[in-house]
Amino acid sequence: MDLAQLQRQLVDYKTSLYHEDFLDEQFTQLQELQDENNPDFVVEVVSLFFEDSDRLLNELTKALEQQSVDFKSVDAHVHQLKGSSSSIGAQRVQKVCIAFRNYCEEQNVEGCLKCLQQVRHEYSLVKTKLEFMFQLQQQILSAGGSIPM
Amino acid sequence: MDSSCNCIEPQWPPDDLLMKYQYISDFFIALAYFSIPLELIYFVKKSAVFPYRWVIVQFGAFIVLCGTTHLINLWTFTLHTRTVAMVMMTAKVFTAVVSCVTALMLVHIIPDLLSVKTRELFLKNKAAELDREMGLIRTQEETGRHVRMLTHEIRSTLDRHTILKTTLVELGRTLALEECALWMPTRTGLELQLSYTLRQQNPVGYTVPIHLPVINQVFSSSHAVKISPNCPVARIRPAGKYMPGEVVAARVPLLHLSNFHINDWPELSTKRYALMVLMLPSDSARQWHVHELELVEVVADQVAVALSHAAILEESMRARDLLMEQNVALDLARREAEMAIRARNDFLAVLNHEMRTPMHAIIALSSLLQETELTPEQRLMVETILKSSNLLSTLINDVLDLSRLEDGSLQLDLGTFNLYVVFREVLNLIKPIASVKKLHVSLNLAPDLPEYAIGDEMRLMQTILNVVGNAVKFSKDGSITITAFVAKAELLSDSRNPEFFPVPSDNHFYLRVQVKDSGIGISPQDLPKLFTKFAQNQSTATQNSGGSGLGLAICKRFVNLMEGHIWIESEGLGKGSTAIFMVKLGIPERLNESKLAFMPKVPPNHGPTAFPGLKVLVMDENGVSRKVTKGLLVHLGCDVTMVSSSEECLRVVSNEHKVVFMDFCTPGMDGYEIAIRMHEKFTKRHERPIIVALTGNTDKVTKESCMRVGMDGVILKPVSLDKMRSVLSDLLEHRVLFEAI
Repeated sequence: MDLAQLQRQLVDYKTSLYHEDFLDEQFTQLQELQDENNPDFVVEVVSLFFEDSDRLLNELTKALEQQSVDFKSVDAHVHQLKGSSSSIGAQRVQKVCIAFRNYCEEQNVEGCLKCLQQVRHEYSLVKTKLEFMFQLQQQILSAGGSIPM
Repeated sequence: MDSSCNCIEPQWPPDDLLMKYQYISDFFIALAYFSIPLELIYFVKKSAVFPYRWVIVQFGAFIVLCGTTHLINLWTFTLHTRTVAMVMMTAKVFTAVVSCVTALMLVHIIPDLLSVKTRELFLKNKAAELDREMGLIRTQEETGRHVRMLTHEIRSTLDRHTILKTTLVELGRTLALEECALWMPTRTGLELQLSYTLRQQNPVGYTVPIHLPVINQVFSSSHAVKISPNCPVARIRPAGKYMPGEVVAARVPLLHLSNFHINDWPELSTKRYALMVLMLPSDSARQWHVHELELVEVVADQVAVALSHAAILEESMRARDLLMEQNVALDLARREAEMAIRARNDFLAVLNHEMRTPMHAIIALSSLLQETELTPEQRLMVETILKSSNLLSTLINDVLDLSRLEDGSLQLDLGTFNLYVVFREVLNLIKPIASVKKLHVSLNLAPDLPEYAIGDEMRLMQTILNVVGNAVKFSKDGSITITAFVAKAELLSDSRNPEFFPVPSDNHFYLRVQVKDSGIGISPQDLPKLFTKFAQNQSTATQNSGGSGLGLAICKRFVNLMEGHIWIESEGLGKGSTAIFMVKLGIPERLNESKLAFMPKVPPNHGPTAFPGLKVLVMDENGVSRKVTKGLLVHLGCDVTMVSSSEECLRVVSNEHKVVFMDFCTPGMDGYEIAIRMHEKFTKRHERPIIVALTGNTDKVTKESCMRVGMDGVILKPVSLDKMRSVLSDLLEHRVLFEAI
């Protein structure tokens, strides 16, 4: 594919992500923070998010597998995940986290488990999509073009 | 005696001669006596008015009887009978009776008749008197009519010539004069000149001196005065054998316009008179009557009035003609001036366009040429070409500017600009030239000089540049000092410039700029000429100073447009000079001042580095959001330190950090406690950094607790770039921010 087509594809993809609520305002803000001093800011933040979320999800899984669930620590983790996802703008993940927290407060294990599954699902979705987007961006950059905002 | 015939003998014999004569006389007496009553009756019958008819009858009877007696007497001369004697006796008795009665009656009648006669005489006298008076009145009425007609004639014209001529003609006609003459005073006022006469068509210019006693006599009296026919003014006809008629002279007051004031009458002392001389026909034995003299006086007065009217009219007509002429001339001049201005404008338009085009080509191409490979001589030539064409271009611009200035069509482009920047630019422009000449240029800006002002930036810079340029141009060595400050009220009105009355007001200030150089100076006699167009200093004209002499003139015009004043002081030749000017500038609204106060050396904060070097501490447990927040703040130019726990935060924080952002909704981390500890650590307020909580919920409870604890602000996450920017600026300005959602 040539440059123009790539760029157009990227724009369309981004628009669809926003449209489907995978990303929200916050992601745009992140992109604004990227400048010549911080050329890879977005990629760095998103990578950090992926690392963090992976870790948190593992912790959550472990915690919920326990016999006596420590809801406080579960809540703490979910809180963290919520914070991270809202910082990136991963809207869907954030929403699930909110529900997750409610279940934690209620100390509802089934609910928590269900939410955990949902969170995983949403997280993997948004991860795939973001990774694809970064791939596209990389292709454009290597073709010599600039990333359309 | 013969007694038979009973006759009476007459006494004397009848043939006696005496008797005969008596007989004839008696006969005639009887005849007369019979004819008188007949005559009486005849004439009385003829006359209608005879009042005493019965007297006539009586008288007639008396006379008839007397006649009868004499008739009967005729028979007594001869022998006559007794009867005749008896008849005779009867007749005589009757006659006697009637005579006596008549005699008695006449005693009454004759005085009556006499008195009738007296009355008749009296009435005749009276009638004669009335006739005389009637004649007089008619004459006077006639005279009055003449005067009115004369006046009418005189006043019906406003032409002075006609007035005078008519006067003389009418007077001559009315009074049946032989000659009238009018003597007018000459321009010098020392002589009377014969101006108009009745009979002679073209009077020769006789003159008499004005101070003759006769003339003085006439002039001093308001009446017409009889003068001798032999005095010089009356001797205008060739002397003849005839006996000259009586001559009368009257004065005619001449009201000169310059004597006429609107509100007061002309003074008597300055009155001028003309002399009117009237001569009755010679050999006529006519005398001047009083009414004729009165007529003359009246006419003289009327003539005076008519003459003054004529004079006024003449003056006003003359003035009007003069005005019309001037009007026409002015109109012509205006049209010529307009044409000249149009021609000049056309010329300038052509000059503008036609000259600028080739100039532009020359300058552009020369500069391009400069960029190419040139030998040193070629480079020198090209530089000279460039310099000359730049000069020429400046000259064209100057001339155009000046003509626009003079037209009054130039208007200032007002705008808000940075005063400091203007001065710095001037300095930057002038520094290279000054350093080549080894001149030291220094700029002193007063601290109270406002940074921003409202005015025409371009033209102010042009003025300063021109003045400073002159200072550099005319200095060989030394230093140039530029000082700028706000002119205080006492110094505003300079005694040297009495027309300059600056009025300080609230939204304006007077900028005073002084440029002092140590150059060649200016001699005192040249000082006033400095600002005139094209006038060059003689001593420098020979030097290669360049310039057209227009610069200062243009500066002066600009400064005047800015309601200011410009002048140059110099001690003399070789002692340097100081150029000083004051202009009026506006003070802008205090837009940027608040920002400036907090960030004194920082330009408006709309660039990426809005808060350069601002030390900030970010405390957030969540790595991702920590990174995002850091990214935000770094983007805004802050120096960010990151901590991930409250202990680390308390450990790292110092008074170098201006702001501490704390993520507040991490459970297990007591933000409140941190705030309290922070307060304990920094007891002095100005040392303590601003503490801001970043939180996901800002309900009232949270806000209140934050305030209670001593937080300076609460911000809802997520924070956008703009929000962070405005939050930081608000925080730094107010040191407190409690955001309302």
